[in-house]
Amino acid sequence: MELTVGPSQFFWPADFWTGFYQDLTQSPVDRVVIGELVCSKRLPFYQDRIPDAISALIEAGKQVSLTSLALITLKRERKLTAELAEMGVTVEVNDLTALAHLPKGCAFTVGPLVNVYNEGTLNWLAARGANRVCLPPELPLESVEALTRVANDLDIAIEVWGHGRLPLAISGRCYHARLHGRTKDNCQFACEDDPDGLEVLTGDGRPFMAMNGVQTLSDSYACTDHQIDQLRWVGVSALRLSPQSKGFAKLCILYRQRLDQTLPQGGVAKAITTEDPALRLSDGFLTGACGADWSGTS
Amino acid sequence: MVMEIVCPAGTPAALRAAVKAGAHTVYCGFNDETNARNFPGLNFNRSEMRDAVSFAHQHGSKVLVAINTFPRAGDEAIWHSAVADAETCGADAVILADLGLLDHTARTHPGLRRHLSVQAAAANADVINFYADTFGVKRVVLPRVLSVPEIAAINAETEVETEVFVFGGLCVMAEGRCSLSSYATGLSPNMNGVCSPASHVDYSEDQGVLDARLGGYLIHRVDKGEPAPYPTLCKGCFTAGSQTGHLFEDPVSLNAEQLIPQLQKAGVTALKIEGRQRSKSYVAQVVRNFRAAVDALEAGRPMPEGMLARLSEGQAMTTGAYKKTWR
Repeated sequence: MELTVGPSQFFWPADFWTGFYQDLTQSPVDRVVIGELVCSKRLPFYQDRIPDAISALIEAGKQVSLTSLALITLKRERKLTAELAEMGVTVEVNDLTALAHLPKGCAFTVGPLVNVYNEGTLNWLAARGANRVCLPPELPLESVEALTRVANDLDIAIEVWGHGRLPLAISGRCYHARLHGRTKDNCQFACEDDPDGLEVLTGDGRPFMAMNGVQTLSDSYACTDHQIDQLRWVGVSALRLSPQSKGFAKLCILYRQRLDQTLPQGGVAKAITTEDPALRLSDGFLTGACGADWSGTS
Repeated sequence: MVMEIVCPAGTPAALRAAVKAGAHTVYCGFNDETNARNFPGLNFNRSEMRDAVSFAHQHGSKVLVAINTFPRAGDEAIWHSAVADAETCGADAVILADLGLLDHTARTHPGLRRHLSVQAAAANADVINFYADTFGVKRVVLPRVLSVPEIAAINAETEVETEVFVFGGLCVMAEGRCSLSSYATGLSPNMNGVCSPASHVDYSEDQGVLDARLGGYLIHRVDKGEPAPYPTLCKGCFTAGSQTGHLFEDPVSLNAEQLIPQLQKAGVTALKIEGRQRSKSYVAQVVRNFRAAVDALEAGRPMPEGMLARLSEGQAMTTGAYKKTWR
């Protein structure tokens, strides 16, 4: 099984962003999806650095693709989307608008924010040119298995959300701006203060979600440590690791060791919760009663 | 042309009430997981649907069947039979969201009119035209993330009819792209046709304080005697940074009645009312009010004012994303 690094969901300062992708050239991952997923207003701050980052990753032997935005409404965003294919790497569709702009027959990949829930959708995407699909994180293991079986016949590689805060919702409204009493158009880039999202607690102080501009994430970090053997068994091609601002290089190494079976089941979770005892993990979408459940709880 | 009022019906009785109250069009679903309001005691079995369509047609109204959840892998046949049965029942259109189901319907039921559900979150002209070109979609229900000028811009670039929500419950997130509910409860709009399901709600009272929880997460806490809103996830009271409050959305519902003239100028074909879970008397009253509004508009009379305030059950109202500052 391979490792794919998904697009960063967060707004990072340009130098930090550059350093993150430089580090990835040395990382034991196979594929990197780069670009802005969440908010088009962030893009001008680092857009000019994307070509160099792509070149460096390709030189380091990584496959690279470029993500679309998750929700495309404005004229400027439509134009950006239409220009994605001109960057010379595969486009990862995370809003079907991107597909509308791709030349027919052009190969593409499908990200976790496109609703691929069944065989009919997979068949249609394959006929249209999809060669890789990262399934929506919400899907249970039974659906992953059913879809992977069909995907193998269609020559589509299946990815599963392997690690990181879960993208639970996207909105027209910016919650970071709202929190600061601003509108989205005058957000003053409030989300930049929270490089991994801002924790949202319930009324009795229980961590629940994380806000990230127009996006809402889970508080917990999804972690497939306990499902890796089953995912491999059903034919999943790759795990997707979602960028985080701290400890990401080490996380990639841990998952690589886990896939190579030099680290036992539970080894990834143990290592990262030893490092950060406050870290909350989840794998309930795959095998639990609800998404927030964690099978590693003793 | 007079704007079309598209009205919800969760039961055959509500459908008849809506038709009699003047609904041009009624939308409803089968009583299973194929529709996004899969609540106990709601929706239509096959013979009720046949009778409902025939009743509506006799009175000059149309019926749209919502088959707008995302079929489960391995069980697509349930959704395929819903589409086939909608056609057999004489439905005027089906409302779909899933790519695979749109493809199936376009290929095997080419004569059945296809509308794109709000659950597909098609939010710009490029993707709307893509659905039209690829699957022959004739109408799109726009996601509740767009302002009125953006809706006008979309209509200027597409031949596809647009339908917009004007009254009732308000999703804050882009519909069809939200798994908050399944994160907390295991049940989601996309997969199960439910959001913040009643089966996972728990109210508990202690020392004069009433807690409303969903899946064990505290969503609202009010003093005894205060109104306790239903614990819908995105309208809960939470804390982030140094702030506590309704961080995503207040417990408000949508009311865009005063924007109807602007929506007409923006080229909108149909006005949609949310609430298949509502009573027949509620539905009839909302329909009468909206019908009066569009008829007044058509006749060049002033819009009746504040007509629906009493129906909001004491809840605050918002015009949502239609005004840009909402964002």
